[in-house]
Amino acid sequence: MADITPAQINPNIPTATDLPVTSTGLFRRRVEWALIYAALLAFGVVVGAPFLYMITGSLKTNGELFSYPLNFFAQNPTMENYNRLLSGAEIPFIQQFMNSILVAVSQTLLALLISSMVGWGFAKFEFFGKRFLFIFLLATLALPFQITLVPLFLMMFQIGWLDNYLAIIIPGSISAFGVFFMRQSMVTLPDELLDAARIDGASEWGIFWRIGIPLSRGALSVLAVLTYLGAWNDYLWPLIVLRSSEKFTYPVGLATLNGLYKVEYGMILGGAFIATLPVVLIFIAGRKQLLDNLTIGAVKR
Amino acid sequence: MYRWRRKLTPYLFISPFFIGYAIFFVVPVIWSLNLSLYRQTGLNAEARFVGLENYSRLLEDDTFIKSVTNTTQYALGSIFIIVPLALGLALLLTIPNLRFREFFRLFFFTPNITSGIVVGIIFRLVFEEQYGLLNNFVIQPLGGEPVRWLRDQQWVMPSVILLGVWRYTGINALYFMVGLQNVSPELKEAARVDGANRWAVFRFITMPMLRPVLAFVLTFAIIGSYNLFAEPAILVGAEGGPGNAGLTITMYLYTQGFRSLKLGYAAAIGYTLAIIIVVLTVLQLVLTRVFRED
Repeated sequence: MADITPAQINPNIPTATDLPVTSTGLFRRRVEWALIYAALLAFGVVVGAPFLYMITGSLKTNGELFSYPLNFFAQNPTMENYNRLLSGAEIPFIQQFMNSILVAVSQTLLALLISSMVGWGFAKFEFFGKRFLFIFLLATLALPFQITLVPLFLMMFQIGWLDNYLAIIIPGSISAFGVFFMRQSMVTLPDELLDAARIDGASEWGIFWRIGIPLSRGALSVLAVLTYLGAWNDYLWPLIVLRSSEKFTYPVGLATLNGLYKVEYGMILGGAFIATLPVVLIFIAGRKQLLDNLTIGAVKR
Repeated sequence: MYRWRRKLTPYLFISPFFIGYAIFFVVPVIWSLNLSLYRQTGLNAEARFVGLENYSRLLEDDTFIKSVTNTTQYALGSIFIIVPLALGLALLLTIPNLRFREFFRLFFFTPNITSGIVVGIIFRLVFEEQYGLLNNFVIQPLGGEPVRWLRDQQWVMPSVILLGVWRYTGINALYFMVGLQNVSPELKEAARVDGANRWAVFRFITMPMLRPVLAFVLTFAIIGSYNLFAEPAILVGAEGGPGNAGLTITMYLYTQGFRSLKLGYAAAIGYTLAIIIVVLTVLQLVLTRVFRED
């Protein structure tokens, strides 16, 4: 009991180990805050500069993009890259952009329907085999999708789905992650509500559709954003199953443009910028729920 | 009739998913294992049973070994560079009374939602030797010699790791922030009152409570690393660039399976990759002792 610190007697008395206000502490604190903001700002510049350079670069000709000394901002901004890209002279970019929207929207809607149905089944019913199926899903979650690439491709070849969006949309809407995500959210809905609806004579489908779905709007919107982002940005599988450039989604299209010689690089940057806009808009619209629910089922118990 | 319907209902809810899951996942997984035991080159070619030959050939295939070392180098980079950076960033972002917290949180997340293709396209210019951002605006102003990022074999994977740092530090910081919110401020305060310095509080209170999040972040870092495809494929080409210096396992699977149409061999690469991921994930979970508390 020899060394009792002032803080033990009264926590409000500042000590050397406590940061708040002592005469030297005030200065130290200011320096600390300055360092904190400097670090965050530095990281922000690192994150932002490549994005900004994509935009400024899309306004440059190859001559300016690859000239010395290098300027970060376009000295003679030109819209020529965008004109040429949208004219379809090199690749049918507008078509490919629309293809991506079609694929991503269909895949998202189908994934939401399927995931919420099975999530509801797991969350609100007891049935034979439930535990087994759930553990089976959990166990297979660790397997990478690469393991299925070759047979899935052969399957698509045999049923004639190559160069067909069904080959992307249908397998893409089967998501074990989506199942866990929806189950975690739906399991918290009160059973009393469902029993009351049952007594009132509602059908099981009606209960799911009119009570389960509306009450899970939060989780559904998060899953929608995640699925849409995944589908919008997917490259490997569309690269494998899509064959003709009119059918390509934008990542496959931009990658072919990237592989062509004698293409203005600013044009590729312009395509990259346009392709990023929908993602940014969706992210801004869904940011709150997305960031708050990012770790459902993973970190929360 | 009613009871029978009640018993059937749950199966109707779960069947669309499980039918799809069986067709598009379970069947291909088993098919893939079978295919990996055959030699088949070409879509309509005859398949010849070769047992484990594809696997034994993989172990002697220098290009495959190269792809495994490259991918592992990237995985180690993401674990030992991205994860600590993300933790540091999360600690900064959870400082009480921080202004613009929401803005930073959002902004640092944006590289993660951008497609790998777009990121690859931008970073070709970041790493460009003569006219790139990194050499012109960072290396040379600091008095360094221009680095041949994507041309020099030694620098290709470090470049990809740098791209990974840019892309994934933000999202991992977000995960850590969720974990840090669960660390009770009272407990930290009590320790401070008892004379613990900041490092001790971090080491003995914050870190142990972050263990579940750490396990989660590491699992995703491992899985994500071994799935790497789009970014290096754009940076150096799907064939892997100079001396295969940028070849990842998935890129090798892609070129073997879908350019050379060595289907059995590619299936064996897929299975080997799955084994690597599962073993590393389990090992990691044991190492972070996530099961200890339960």
